[in-house]
Amino acid sequence: MKATREAYGEALVELGRQDVRIVALDADLSKSTYSAKFAQQYPERFFNLGVAEANLIGVAAGLAACGKIPFASTFAVFATGRVYDQIRNSVAYPALNVKIAGSHSGITVGEDGASHQALEDLALMRALPNMTVLCPADAPEARKATLAAAAWPGPVYLRLGRSKVPQVIPEEVPFQIGKGILLRAGGDLTLISTGIMAGPALEAAEILRGRGLDPRVIHLHTVKPLDRELVVAAARETGAVITVEEHNIIGGLGGAVAEVLGEECPVPLGRVGVPDCFGQSGKPGELLEYYGLTAQHIAARAEGLLSKFRA
Amino acid sequence: MEADLPRSIHQLQQQAREVRRDILKMIAAAGSGHPGGSLSLVELLVALYFNILRVKPEDPRWPHRDRLVLSKGHAAPALYAVLAVRGFFPRSKLEGLRRLGSELQGHPDMNKVPGVDMSTGSLGQGLSVATGMALAARLDRADWRVYAILGDGECQEGQIWEAAMAAAHYRLGNLTAILDWNGLQIDGPTERVISLDPLAAKWEAFGWQVRRVDGHNFPEILEALDRKAAPADKPLMVIARTVKGKGVSFMENRSEWHGVAPSPQELEEALGDLENGAKEGAC
Repeated sequence: MKATREAYGEALVELGRQDVRIVALDADLSKSTYSAKFAQQYPERFFNLGVAEANLIGVAAGLAACGKIPFASTFAVFATGRVYDQIRNSVAYPALNVKIAGSHSGITVGEDGASHQALEDLALMRALPNMTVLCPADAPEARKATLAAAAWPGPVYLRLGRSKVPQVIPEEVPFQIGKGILLRAGGDLTLISTGIMAGPALEAAEILRGRGLDPRVIHLHTVKPLDRELVVAAARETGAVITVEEHNIIGGLGGAVAEVLGEECPVPLGRVGVPDCFGQSGKPGELLEYYGLTAQHIAARAEGLLSKFRA
Repeated sequence: MEADLPRSIHQLQQQAREVRRDILKMIAAAGSGHPGGSLSLVELLVALYFNILRVKPEDPRWPHRDRLVLSKGHAAPALYAVLAVRGFFPRSKLEGLRRLGSELQGHPDMNKVPGVDMSTGSLGQGLSVATGMALAARLDRADWRVYAILGDGECQEGQIWEAAMAAAHYRLGNLTAILDWNGLQIDGPTERVISLDPLAAKWEAFGWQVRRVDGHNFPEILEALDRKAAPADKPLMVIARTVKGKGVSFMENRSEWHGVAPSPQELEEALGDLENGAKEGAC
């Protein structure tokens, strides 16, 4: 069990060793985002901008304009919504090589409550031209995503979590930006997850198997560019799709999949996520339960979808 | 540097007149744009691009060049006109300002215009970018400098002060900001909209060295921007007192001319004004 944010910090150190162009920036949360690991190893290449996120993004843009590969990290709420215009105009529009890491995303922030629970960051970042959006499932994949982001030319948003999560994606599976991962073959319907929902999606598949269904499970670590081919093939071959994300059901993975399927292959679709409301304080596990981001609930939604459309 | 640089004061003044004409013509042809805050910047940009900045127009992305961030991106016509006379691209391109398909967007696009180091337009962001550039130069132990041009109204943006704190904290002696202090913003005088005074004291309190100049006086500008006289371990703020709409009698000190293009008739009158100014030795 390990948090994706911790793997991010370790990957930064790894990158720092390989490439002097890698620099890291933070806004007074370096211990929480684990960019402090990089700061410890490479103090001259680490810049703490204090509680000033707008400046954090602008400084990163300036470093990128001069050939550096900056990773700017803070909590996902502050890394996206608070600085949306700075990202839009100083990073995405000029297509500068800035990597933005938003940790403490989703409701698994827990006790800090709604003000700190980013549930719209994927939607915001996805709507920006030139932006690539990554949302890894577990710590080893977060490491791979961080390395891939560094090698990718242009702006990247990397969504990370606070809570420790189990490894779900087999180590040997290669990480390729824009390419989804087939976690389980199956033909009755498809569960498509992103981020730390890959685990619950797989568990839900087991529950459904026990009830006589054979679901396919796909993990999309890249929300943009979306793996259209994989998503459309799954819809065509299984005839129904459930998306699962620790995010508002509007504008994130569910929105992205709905857009593609609406155009390419309309099939019954269910979106599991936070139902267009703000979060609240609580333990991460309690909140996942409360908002229905559990294997049991995903399985129930899948059965409900099938009974509604295949009755 | 090219053989004909640095330019004499007289040559710079001639260049400034030429740039003013180009600004007015291009905004009039576009039918929209920001003449007031473009005209107030002319001497500052001419001084920078001809006598201060180390740049190579034939190699706009030369890695060792000085960088300039026009944080008040709406003054793009002034930047475009100066880049054109400096040889970054043909002056004939200026006619394309704000037209569909033209490189010369309403606000500067670094990926379209040779010589533009940063895309700007949303106020308040350029000083942060310049701070990042100055940090990059320091990491590379390079001796190129970074210049950011701010508007006065722009200093109402909180991000400016975030960047001001950071640049001073990191002791960025390779960063110079220039404040186009024309005293007017869209809705009227800055002091009536949201007061900025005492500006110099604010920047000093934030840890910057402050110099004050007449922003239309070349000797004063050149002295303040002399790179050999830059402070070693703190960023430099040059507060340039300017006249919005400078050089055109009916535009001077009028906030109405912040973002309105002159009609063909007004253009003629404005160009006449510039001629008269030249004869009187003004500008």
